[in-house]
Amino acid sequence: MTQLKHFIVKRALGLFVAVAALIALPALAQEAPDALVKRVSQEALTVIKTDPRVQDGDVAHIRDLIEAKIAPYFDMDRMTALAAGRAYRQATPEQRKRLADEFKTLLIRTYANALNQYRDQTIDYKPLRAEPNATEVTVRTEVMRPGQQPVPIEYSMEKTPSGWKAYDVIVAGVSLVTNYRDEFTQQIRQGGIDGLIKALAAKNAAPAPK
Amino acid sequence: MMDIRVTLRFVASLCALALCTGCAMGPTREDPFEPMNRASYKFSTALDDAIVKPVAQTYVKYTPVPVRTAVSNFFGNIDDMFSFVNDVLQGKPDKAGNDLGRVIANTGFGMLGLVDIASEAGVPKGEEDFGQTFGVWGIPQGPYLFVPLFGPTTFRDGTGSLIRGYADPINFIHDVPIRYGLWGLHVLDLRAGALGTENVLNQAALDPYTFIRRAYLQRREYLVWDGKPPPAKEEEQ
Repeated sequence: MTQLKHFIVKRALGLFVAVAALIALPALAQEAPDALVKRVSQEALTVIKTDPRVQDGDVAHIRDLIEAKIAPYFDMDRMTALAAGRAYRQATPEQRKRLADEFKTLLIRTYANALNQYRDQTIDYKPLRAEPNATEVTVRTEVMRPGQQPVPIEYSMEKTPSGWKAYDVIVAGVSLVTNYRDEFTQQIRQGGIDGLIKALAAKNAAPAPK
Repeated sequence: MMDIRVTLRFVASLCALALCTGCAMGPTREDPFEPMNRASYKFSTALDDAIVKPVAQTYVKYTPVPVRTAVSNFFGNIDDMFSFVNDVLQGKPDKAGNDLGRVIANTGFGMLGLVDIASEAGVPKGEEDFGQTFGVWGIPQGPYLFVPLFGPTTFRDGTGSLIRGYADPINFIHDVPIRYGLWGLHVLDLRAGALGTENVLNQAALDPYTFIRRAYLQRREYLVWDGKPPPAKEEEQ
């Protein structure tokens, strides 16, 4: 009798978990790319406008926020691979990881700096033009600042098992990845991939420009 | 006569220098004058730090926002005039209509362009220029240049800027102090609009010179294609 009860409870529990997973998982994993950009951007804007430490220009705090709330939605490995090109393919897994980590830190520091400069912005989200089963899309937004021409910002995004992720940001036609490809190529030519990692680490260790 | 020979020799040695550095630095087809450009970049940054940027900061600090907006609008209205000319040269009737409408509305009803009523009415700026027109016509950028006090450009875009400079209505003002005053104000307005970007640039770039060069060339390509460039080939795997 207890065994039967146990069996039923177990089955019911299993069924419950399966149903919950069925309902919850797609909702988590399949948040549309434009919806994701909107949610993450709005969360960031809300924090910029309400967090007193952000208002005070506490850059270290802004960096922590970006690391926690924005960085997870970027595919750093792909960005690093695109920016470092051939040298990335020839690098050891350990070099790849160090390079991706330093690149991520640099991007976070840059983003924190930019957010701190332009706090009076609002964002206009453009409708997504993509096939329903597309695995690569471009999400278009426009950043508006009072009295200035809007600046288009586009996110190149890819579908991954853990949801949509950005692998490039294009600001007013300037692709971040393409820009860094020149910088990385120059450093790699001078000192190899280790030279590039070193240059990035030195840059990240230096105080932010005033 | 002597002057020309000296100039020629100077240019020849510059080219030789550029070629040599070209060998050392690898293929830089788009920036054959890199050593000269880098020197010019260094000079411009020093001058900006010492004079232009502080003046622009003072301007921003002591000038009320409505006044600065009016100044930007005034020069923006002249941009729109040239944008109209280039819309026509590029065969873009929709943009031409918008820009002509903007100039008429802003000049006539916006106090000679001080008020941008067309933007408020939702008529977008065309933002075309001669460099873009040459690009649409299929003329390549040519060598990259960093011009002291002017910034990044190329043979193609620089030629466009020269045409624009000669044809600018401000050039036809006879009163010399007013003419130069307006040129100065234009420079100030442009610099004030870009305050803060040098900070982001210095944080982002390992080598700001390279960073600006790529950003400039990307931006210009994007503008030539009106924001819809043909898909670039990815270098992955």
